[in-house]
Amino acid sequence: MTRYFTDEHEWIEVEGDTATVGITDYAQGQLGDIVFVEVPEEGCEVSKGGEAAVVESVKAASDVYAPVSGTVTEGNAALTDDPSLVNSDPEGSGWFFKLTLADTSELDGLMDEAAYKDFVAKL
Amino acid sequence: MTDDTLFEDELAEPEILTLPLDGWHRSQGARMVEFAGYHMPIQYEGIMAEHLWVRDAAGLFDVSHMGQLRIAGPDVVEALEALLPADVAGLGEGRQRYSLLLADDGGILDDLMLARLPAGDPLGEGEGAFYMVVNGATKWDDLAHLRERLDDAITLNLLDERALLALQGPKAVEALDRLVPGVAALGFMQAGAFDWNGAALWVSRSGYTGEDGFEISVPEEAVEALADALVAQPEVKPIGLGARDSLRLEAGLPLYGHDLTPETTPVEADLGFALSKRRREEGGFPGAERVLAEHAGGSAMKRVGLTVEGRQPVREGALVVDAEGAPIGRVTSGGFAPSVGQPIAMAFVPAALAAPGTAIQLLQRGKPHAATVVPMPFVPHRYVRKGAPK
Repeated sequence: MTRYFTDEHEWIEVEGDTATVGITDYAQGQLGDIVFVEVPEEGCEVSKGGEAAVVESVKAASDVYAPVSGTVTEGNAALTDDPSLVNSDPEGSGWFFKLTLADTSELDGLMDEAAYKDFVAKL
Repeated sequence: MTDDTLFEDELAEPEILTLPLDGWHRSQGARMVEFAGYHMPIQYEGIMAEHLWVRDAAGLFDVSHMGQLRIAGPDVVEALEALLPADVAGLGEGRQRYSLLLADDGGILDDLMLARLPAGDPLGEGEGAFYMVVNGATKWDDLAHLRERLDDAITLNLLDERALLALQGPKAVEALDRLVPGVAALGFMQAGAFDWNGAALWVSRSGYTGEDGFEISVPEEAVEALADALVAQPEVKPIGLGARDSLRLEAGLPLYGHDLTPETTPVEADLGFALSKRRREEGGFPGAERVLAEHAGGSAMKRVGLTVEGRQPVREGALVVDAEGAPIGRVTSGGFAPSVGQPIAMAFVPAALAAPGTAIQLLQRGKPHAATVVPMPFVPHRYVRKGAPK
């Protein structure tokens, strides 16, 4: 399993041609208390850089983009009842959706954990 | 991810100013944003926790961006009554009132607090003066409007050497009375001069959260020491603008620039209480003809409170739509209400849809949301009133 990061603060953990997507700990910290999450449904087609989910904190609504293109296999239903999971465990049980990758070469431009740490440190 | 933070949308001022507590906020761990032309703290530990702390204990807000004015001079009562629909003549010394600065067409230029100062007040020279607090984002326009409309013999001072703190919450009185003995004797909308370690304070029992609490005008050189002394009290934590917004929304209190604009009249905004009885009978304030006609016969649109179904917040800018999806109104404030546990909003709707219980359809980013008109406040006010209001 390999975890990649985007400059829009999503993480994607890849195993073969399937992957899990969420937002980073840095992102949840910036958003603050999350009160609503809308995740894509199974079968939904997402494209790299396109809007895939919505996350709302007390102060603002934000879009979550798909790090890569693919077909959604599952949205995290637990977030509907308890959106605060994104605050408490953003890179674990607060995941947003799983998908089947359309083109694994789209992962090439993403950051690894060390590169993302450097990226966040400079913000 | 993109973050279209509501507060950051308001950046218009080219030069961002700092307030006397700027360094203090940063040392307290605040996240700073630009608001009303100033660097201001939006949150410290988090909006939700700060909001709930104010409802349970006491929160310290820095509202020094607001404009504190002292107005004095011959016939100042009549001069103010020509600009505001308040019964200024009937306002006793040390009494405060909520009022509205009105344009000639009855539109709201600002909402404000007005108090009559006692003789020998700590805010300036001369007798029979008034103290006015106006919104930060509108204070320069207000000053220009007041200066243009007030006779030259009336002095108008912007008290920009004073900071303004608000201490809000059910335990605010315990905390502040410990530091400034005597403030507990004030009732809601009463005010007085107090001394704190040699600093001349002007303290009113008022605020904008729906809770009991105080607003404290303090010389800027003493504000950091006072803020330190307040947060050293076990009841008090510093609170940012984020929670200030969610608290006032739950209290049903409109925010200028959002729920109130120059296109809004007092009756549309459901602020009829700000039109005092004598002024309704006598008129003589800007826009009186239109405002009084609306007060008697109703306005076409009305500000109402809404509870929103589901969990997704519906925010400022969302549309109120009819059964065919045509726009008939607009959400002017909205968000998740921490003390209510669901999304709430304020909207302007046609008067026929303003009765509590009415089902309302909202449309936000192409998505429909069901809402219901409810009476405001969403969370009961807990003001501490003493004696009969004057």
